Amino acid sequence: MIAFDYTRPASASEAIAIAAKQAHAKYLGGGTNLIDLMRETIEEPTALVDVSTLSNTIDVRDDRILIGAGVKNTAVAAHRAIRERYPMLARAILAGASAQIRNMASVGGNILQRTRCTYFYDDAAHCNKRWPGTGCDARDGFNRNHAILGASPACVATHPSDMCVALAALDATVHLRGVDGDRTMKLIDLHRLPGGRPDIETELRQGELITAVELPSLPSAARSTYRKVRDRSSYAFALVSVAAALDVDDAGHIRDVRLALGGIAHKPWRAFAAEAALRGTPATQPNFRDAAEIELKDAAGLRDNTFKIELAKRTIVATLSELNGRDRS
Amino acid sequence: MHFIINGQNHALDLDSRTSLLDLVRDHLLLTGTKKGCNQGACGACTVLVDGERINSCLALAVQYQDRTITTIEGLVSANALHPLQQAFIEHDGFQCGYCTPGQICSAIGMMAEMEHGVPSAITADLAGETVQLTHDELRERMSGNLCRCGAHNGIIQAIQDSFAEGGDFKTNYPKEAAE
Amino acid sequence: MSIIQKAMQTVIRLMPDAASDPMIGADREIGKSLSRIDGPLKVTGQARFAAEVPLERLTYATLVHSTIARGRIATIDVAEAEAAPGVVLVMTYKNAPRMPPPLQMMVDAKGAAASSLPVMQDATIHWNGEPVAVVVAETQEQADYAATLVHVTYDVEQAATSFDHLKHKARTPASILGEPANITVGKAEAALGKAKFSIDQRYRTPHQNHAAIELHAATVLWEGNKLTVHDTTQMVNLTRSTLAAVFRIPEDNVHVLSPFVGGGFGNKGLWSHQILAAAAARLIDRPVRIVLSRAGVFRITGGRTLTEQRVALGADDDGPLTALIHTGFAGMTEHNDCPEQFTFPARHLYAAKSFLIDQKVIDLDMVANTFMRAPSESIGTFALESAIDELAEAMNVDPIALRRRIEPEKDPTSGLAFSSRNIVEAYRRGAERFGWDRRNAVPRSQRDGDWLIGYGVATATYPYYRMPGGAARIRLGVDGRAIVQMASHEMGMGTATTQAMHAAERLGLPVGNVTFEYGDTDLPPGTIAGGSSQTASIIAAVTAAADVLAADLIKLAGNDSPLAGLKPADVAMRDGGLCERDNPQKSESYVSILQRAGRDEISAEAAASMPLETQKYSMHSYGAQFCELRVNEVTGETRVTRWLGSFDTGRIVNPKTAASQFRGGIIMGLGLALMEDTVFDERTGRIMNPSLAEYHVPVHLDVPDIDVIWTDVSDPHSPMGVHGIGEIGITGVGAAVANAVYNATGKRIRDLPITLDKLM
Repeated sequence: MIAFDYTRPASASEAIAIAAKQAHAKYLGGGTNLIDLMRETIEEPTALVDVSTLSNTIDVRDDRILIGAGVKNTAVAAHRAIRERYPMLARAILAGASAQIRNMASVGGNILQRTRCTYFYDDAAHCNKRWPGTGCDARDGFNRNHAILGASPACVATHPSDMCVALAALDATVHLRGVDGDRTMKLIDLHRLPGGRPDIETELRQGELITAVELPSLPSAARSTYRKVRDRSSYAFALVSVAAALDVDDAGHIRDVRLALGGIAHKPWRAFAAEAALRGTPATQPNFRDAAEIELKDAAGLRDNTFKIELAKRTIVATLSELNGRDRS
Repeated sequence: MHFIINGQNHALDLDSRTSLLDLVRDHLLLTGTKKGCNQGACGACTVLVDGERINSCLALAVQYQDRTITTIEGLVSANALHPLQQAFIEHDGFQCGYCTPGQICSAIGMMAEMEHGVPSAITADLAGETVQLTHDELRERMSGNLCRCGAHNGIIQAIQDSFAEGGDFKTNYPKEAAE
Repeated sequence: MSIIQKAMQTVIRLMPDAASDPMIGADREIGKSLSRIDGPLKVTGQARFAAEVPLERLTYATLVHSTIARGRIATIDVAEAEAAPGVVLVMTYKNAPRMPPPLQMMVDAKGAAASSLPVMQDATIHWNGEPVAVVVAETQEQADYAATLVHVTYDVEQAATSFDHLKHKARTPASILGEPANITVGKAEAALGKAKFSIDQRYRTPHQNHAAIELHAATVLWEGNKLTVHDTTQMVNLTRSTLAAVFRIPEDNVHVLSPFVGGGFGNKGLWSHQILAAAAARLIDRPVRIVLSRAGVFRITGGRTLTEQRVALGADDDGPLTALIHTGFAGMTEHNDCPEQFTFPARHLYAAKSFLIDQKVIDLDMVANTFMRAPSESIGTFALESAIDELAEAMNVDPIALRRRIEPEKDPTSGLAFSSRNIVEAYRRGAERFGWDRRNAVPRSQRDGDWLIGYGVATATYPYYRMPGGAARIRLGVDGRAIVQMASHEMGMGTATTQAMHAAERLGLPVGNVTFEYGDTDLPPGTIAGGSSQTASIIAAVTAAADVLAADLIKLAGNDSPLAGLKPADVAMRDGGLCERDNPQKSESYVSILQRAGRDEISAEAAASMPLETQKYSMHSYGAQFCELRVNEVTGETRVTRWLGSFDTGRIVNPKTAASQFRGGIIMGLGLALMEDTVFDERTGRIMNPSLAEYHVPVHLDVPDIDVIWTDVSDPHSPMGVHGIGEIGITGVGAAVANAVYNATGKRIRDLPITLDKLM
């Protein structure tokens, strides 16, 4: 880890001003990913601007909830309004990492965490994300945890966040502040697919700071959940995860559905195609399966992860079936 | 920099890179807190900050100035073992003893979370006011602390017994954050 | 085995039995559940580990690892690292002291090194991850940073990394831990072909890592020509002798201390880091602390190697097996000797009319593999006990009934009598307690919603070993307290506690009056903590020392004692003193003897007897592993819900710590069965998941309540009737899980780990 200057500004604006003066400044939240990346020399900031004490309130209104970017993951998952109105978000957070890490990790930091691709982490590997243009050793290597959707020849890494999968399904908006002022962006537009530049992971501008995440009103999200499938029962990254909300009318037809997938792409994957296929159709297992097939139509497996295509389909069906409260048949 | 560790004030010059873990181990010689991976993957370094459990290996010390930090050394009062420490001995909740301080600090932090109704990944009813102290809840909530000797059964029993007996688990958990 | 060794073995086998330990069956202290004596130290964080010894002028070392598997260092530029803040030394092969290769474990009687490769002596690279530089600085942060500034280029050579592609080059090792690599009895292949029922399958097991939670560490200090190493090791004495040879100094000049080991499982031996730290400390004349990074643990300390095993079994309607074939390959290096004895269980477990046992190794360019908890009975039983289950199904008999049917009367390959074998009883008790009769042999017959439920069973077995060369000292004080000393090891087994219990029983003292001191080469030599041998090895040495002590006490007691005239063989140590064995009223207390003699203490030291019992008898521990689990039909996730281990492992000294040992082995076995896999990229020979985040071991939620029971039958031929129990818990677990998975799903998984993709 290289030496760095540490500052703890009193406001977001001050933080942005400090960062703007440094060539290689990074914002520091809980540090649970950044410190690890710095030890691995993947990140080498010369200045850390500690924003962990800023923006740390949860503002609950009838039409939205605004979560400060500095709020700890545990505090979000434990918040009564989140648990009642957006259970999938609480469950997604609680499925991630360990209690200790959730107590440290901030909402902003969770969004900006980087892939756990082991070739990205290895200083001896070829990795276009770490050293653009050097190649991708994961593509023909160990890629059990890698992408089946949206990958590129340059990169097959996945985004590791659970929380973001729920935020994607919930149409969350990210509030940003930069030297040019404030703006907002849909979470699903924040992260990028790898394309030819997997080193550029988000649409954030230089020095821009996430200040809050806004959850729009979504009454049907009260009936939502998050299912994570992984290689041990806890404290492991997702092979496949599904965030889903299901709103079924009295006739058994789907009024609205929200569906997002984790562990399968370079970004939290909102399943728009499956949602469109399901809206207005009877909430049945065959329809769930058809929708899953549509969503995974372009999925491509690698040496070790082809099973995730079928696993994703099955997990979608199982999760929607659970929300639908009907026995599988 | 100024730190409050186990009720004692410490002022020292520190490299900004120094983790909270290396601060307590290498600089203050409080070596009860253990380094097992230095990457947030094992929980051996668990300490309590304002009553919350965290992984001290992923914490830059500089970020934790003036916070109330409790390590395993801070749990013994008047030379008497904390009831949970006693229960670990009784139930053989350790073998080599290396993950043990982290398990114990983690369990105390976990109990504070339970008291404040923080749910877990396996809590069935998220809308419930309280969380039931089931065997599975304990196992899920302690899953951030690896044990390689295989003392898991004893650890969970020790926690279960201590909690059932109403041990002294009050902490400074920041209530407003959980509500 | 040499001709002389063979002749010796024959002589030993013809010798009459040594008398059984007269203390077998003693139960004043032995057999009581005692909490760990060092418990308060461990739960308060006061137990001091190797990286926690404070020293003046201490420096911190970080390793730089090679990024190729085979070749040479072309250039190594250390200028930038040397100029970095706080750097005291950058050591490479160019400026490292000249050191002979370390003495190799199992090859040299004084060797501790897992590999015989020289350490940082030239530009040659032997595996991906080999240390190429050591950076020493004033702080750990400075050393870690400067290590990133060492720039190395390589001339790369083709490396041997593909197990599958190198099978044609497999070689037969000279021996497998002193046993022949090949055993042929009858014509097994032909018998297999003629058998009414047969199975013939291949099983694969991956690389695994011990993953002890304590990182390997050493704090090293030179004072003139004397070297002190605060280490975390399972072999203090061998570490001392090997370091003495490497640094060309007398053994007495090396002091190794290892009072606590934060998990070992076979991995805490002598690797290159202790040697490099000592070499660096010598160059800078300052103490050095080295703590491996977690990735460093994976890169420079080896784990369990990969295997491919064939098990073929033939049977007729009744009688023993007609054929038992267990052959296969293990990856190894040219520089170590750990061929993975995966065929050992097959040599001793079942009656068969013909045997074909054959083990080969495939040389790979990788970090030297080493012994990992139940090497390699863990993975050998995975193959053999899966195969037994497959055969039982083919025969349509209950797998426990099949095992009962093929239970041998004597060791089926050596012909030796069993010293103690109660495996049928262990199965009977286990089956009853577990409720085996509730199992439906038809796969997929039990479900709960999406979850398929299965039961599985498998045999656990591990040899009894006792290591020669240990000695113990007993210091008996006029206060009636004893200190028992032997340079042995505590890494979670409960050594200090069980050995205090044994010594108390042996000496006739309350356990509270006995302290067991260990982990320090200033004490009489201990044996390694490996192969589940330490408990019996220490007991034998303490027994010998107690005999000397009794004789010395009789002499010291003199003619004024009620003991006057008695010979050592006539006395027993009881109730805090000596008494005539057949007339206990005739006695004198230790305190009285020492007081009258005007002595503060009396000390006696003796070496353990040679472990000849293992030459005369087939000595093994046994167990029956019962598993209940659930497999999610949708996702393939497996959850183990219930476990029972029923063991037959001689006398149990301390039920509390013994239960933990058994459970610990079983839990490591759950990791072996379901998740553990060190992934080795054959393109580069590089381990790609060198972290505890990506190398999965079981977490709390993976571990069900584990029930353990034992027969507690003393082995008449072992000291105090005991067997070591550290390893056996993991054996049979992989197969019990695989067999239960089959019962749940109808899918037979023959390659570990049993991950969900294999069950979807």
